[in-house]
Amino acid sequence: MENSLDAAESLKIPPEVYVRLSYEGEATPETQIYKLRVEDNGIGIQPRHIPSAFGQVLFGSKYKLKQQRGTFGLGGKMAILYGQITTHQPATITSSTGIAKIYSYKLMIDIQKNRPIIVDRKVLINKDQWRGTLVEFSLEGDYLRAMPKILDYFKQTAMVNPYANLTFVDPKGRLYKFTRVTKEMPTPPKETLPHPYGVDVELLQRLIQVTPYNNMLEFLRNHFHRVGEITAQKFLEYSQLSPSKNPRKLSHEEIVRLMHMLKKFKDFLPPDASCLSPLGEDLLKTGIQKELNPEFIAVHQRKPATYAGHPFIIEVGIAYGGEVPRRGSFLMYRFANRIPLLYDEASDVSVRVITSMNWRRYHVSPDMPMAILVHICSTKVPYKTVGKEFIADRVEVRREIANGLREVARQIQLFLSRREHVDRDRKRLGVFSKYLPKIAQFSAKLAGKEKEPDIEKLLTSVKKYGAEEEEE
Amino acid sequence: MERKRKKSKSNIIEKRKEVLAELGNFGVNIYDQINEGRFPSIDMPSRSTENIAYDKQLRQFILGDRKVRRSARNIRHLKPFTQLVWAAFFSNELASQRKTSTLRDVYYSAQAYEMTFKDQQESNNIITDLETVLGLSREDFNIFPEERSAVFGDLTIEYTVPGYEGKTLNLDSHPDGVLIGPALTSSEFVKTTADKVIAIEKGGLFTRFIEENVHKKHNALLVLTAGQAPRATRHFIRRLNSELKLPVYIFTDGDPWGMHIAMVIISGSANAAHLRELNTPDAKWSGVWATDIVDYKLPTDPLDEVDMKRLNELQRDPRYIGPLWRREIKTFMKIKRKAEQEAFSRYGLTYIVDEYLPTKLEETK
Repeated sequence: MENSLDAAESLKIPPEVYVRLSYEGEATPETQIYKLRVEDNGIGIQPRHIPSAFGQVLFGSKYKLKQQRGTFGLGGKMAILYGQITTHQPATITSSTGIAKIYSYKLMIDIQKNRPIIVDRKVLINKDQWRGTLVEFSLEGDYLRAMPKILDYFKQTAMVNPYANLTFVDPKGRLYKFTRVTKEMPTPPKETLPHPYGVDVELLQRLIQVTPYNNMLEFLRNHFHRVGEITAQKFLEYSQLSPSKNPRKLSHEEIVRLMHMLKKFKDFLPPDASCLSPLGEDLLKTGIQKELNPEFIAVHQRKPATYAGHPFIIEVGIAYGGEVPRRGSFLMYRFANRIPLLYDEASDVSVRVITSMNWRRYHVSPDMPMAILVHICSTKVPYKTVGKEFIADRVEVRREIANGLREVARQIQLFLSRREHVDRDRKRLGVFSKYLPKIAQFSAKLAGKEKEPDIEKLLTSVKKYGAEEEEE
Repeated sequence: MERKRKKSKSNIIEKRKEVLAELGNFGVNIYDQINEGRFPSIDMPSRSTENIAYDKQLRQFILGDRKVRRSARNIRHLKPFTQLVWAAFFSNELASQRKTSTLRDVYYSAQAYEMTFKDQQESNNIITDLETVLGLSREDFNIFPEERSAVFGDLTIEYTVPGYEGKTLNLDSHPDGVLIGPALTSSEFVKTTADKVIAIEKGGLFTRFIEENVHKKHNALLVLTAGQAPRATRHFIRRLNSELKLPVYIFTDGDPWGMHIAMVIISGSANAAHLRELNTPDAKWSGVWATDIVDYKLPTDPLDEVDMKRLNELQRDPRYIGPLWRREIKTFMKIKRKAEQEAFSRYGLTYIVDEYLPTKLEETK
């Protein structure tokens, strides 16, 4: 599904994703076999790439960087692989880029050789000019146990993709529809070169293998972000490398040293953030409104920042009241590159920041109906573990999250105090409207007057100036 | 003794006129303030403890000069202010229609006007406020406590309540005594042969006194206070004393509480510091004293902790400066015993009437 969203967004068309999970039969007493079908309206895949794209792990190499949901292109393949391991069934991939033909492959993965096995291949006529990709495979699982997380996943995905239509049909035939509320989409990220602070040995080696340049100066200038001729010269001087040295002749030790020097050199400019595609404050607000329907929303996007050469942007949102439930603690939504993070909440840096914040300063308490959303976008999300479920506690990231949360906290404080004010004024006027007529009525009778005294003047002055609050 | 009826009668009528006038003025005051486009406010003496002082001349507690302002502009005051105006209105209805009511009744009546009181205490407080504002006691505007005290003896009264106007009654006509209620307190005194008033704390002894013809033997009106005397009863005793010039003798249990029942009749209470004419400064506490317990060798109970605490409080009370009071408090503290009025029964049922009473009346004359 994440690939589907990426595929549509790269075309700048609002994504339509259809997911169906259908029951196939019993596997073990605890688990069942399901067929998973994911269909999108994305860019489609060139027919010759289909087998490798789905049947070969670590296909394709990324020499350029941009923010994407997946990092290594592993998710889809791992899912198919998991299905194959548990059910030993081939996966069917059908795709078209909108041309006259639709290609359909039945694939399995040769795990030992890391190669796709084409079980069957069909070419269909694309009468309706369909464009997109449809993946279908079987897998073993326990839907009932996984259901809450799956639904959470959809709901939260819908929250940060308010421009997408998401449909999910579960094994019981229940339809979950998350309808788009906008066609506005975030600006897609631009591809950028890796920043010298963020490289590792593996990346250097790959670059050296493919580079057409025969000297270090050109190599540095052409393969790294924010490195121009002057910077490259300065760096080579600093690291005592000859500008004319052929990068292909670097020994392994020299490559490791190069990496360390790249990280140590102080004069590289920080990476720019055009490779990032944050959701933006408006879309964030739209998404929160759509899925949580709160009474009040405050959102804030931080300016781009970097950690270890990787640019990142923090977006935060806070939702109060309305349909947000009262839980006794804040409801937490975490996202990385528009993917919901569902597990290991307690270990996440956002939760740590929230816990250490002095919310009372903002007149906010955990027993209020309140949800907090933290979204990090980065070319390299600082996950703590390979499970990619929570964000590591890095100083730079923590600072950005904290500053973002402070900003939205100030907004909610303003909202709460303003509302309290309005409430108080309304209540006060209510009290005066209740009692003044009675005073008028009783005093008129006591005084033996036919006509009650006019209290309008007094009520007007309450509306205008409020009332005395001083203690007796 | 024949009283000058005319003067007496005008007392009650004058009082009623005064009450209605005060309530009317109160209404006009508020009405005019609203009409002038101002939030109505009223000033009244503060009833806080700092503003209550004992006046040696008046021989009762009075309020000092400190005032509080209740303003309808202040949202905290608004509800009590409205309640106060309602209470004045309601009292005016009662007084002008010559109906009576009780505090409990006030609490419920308010609901008919969509004027809710949180609880009885809140409505009681508002009535006390009204007393303070007007300088009148609630009985004056026909709000009475539950009646429980009674009077017996040769006193002819003339009713002023609607339906009974002009009718007379002699208070010795019923052997259980006559309830001191609204009808009796608003009556005129016509004539009496009594030359003293004996106030008694407990119903048992009150009945015994009637059975033993104390009223005849001692030419007395007997008043049952039934514990702490209600304000209407205190006012009634005062009237007996001031209008009929009858000396008043008070008999209570021999303990700190009985002693204080007598004191409140004599010097009034701090709670009623905003009111006048509820106390009878010349009344006498005739017994049972602590020294009587010793002298008459009465059967006793020990004073418990609460009793001792009360004694300590009374010792600091400005009303207890007289030598008799100081002596009795001291004796109580020394003997640490108390005795009820019934304790005299150890010497026979009539001993208290035949021996003790005459002695004490003579002693405290």
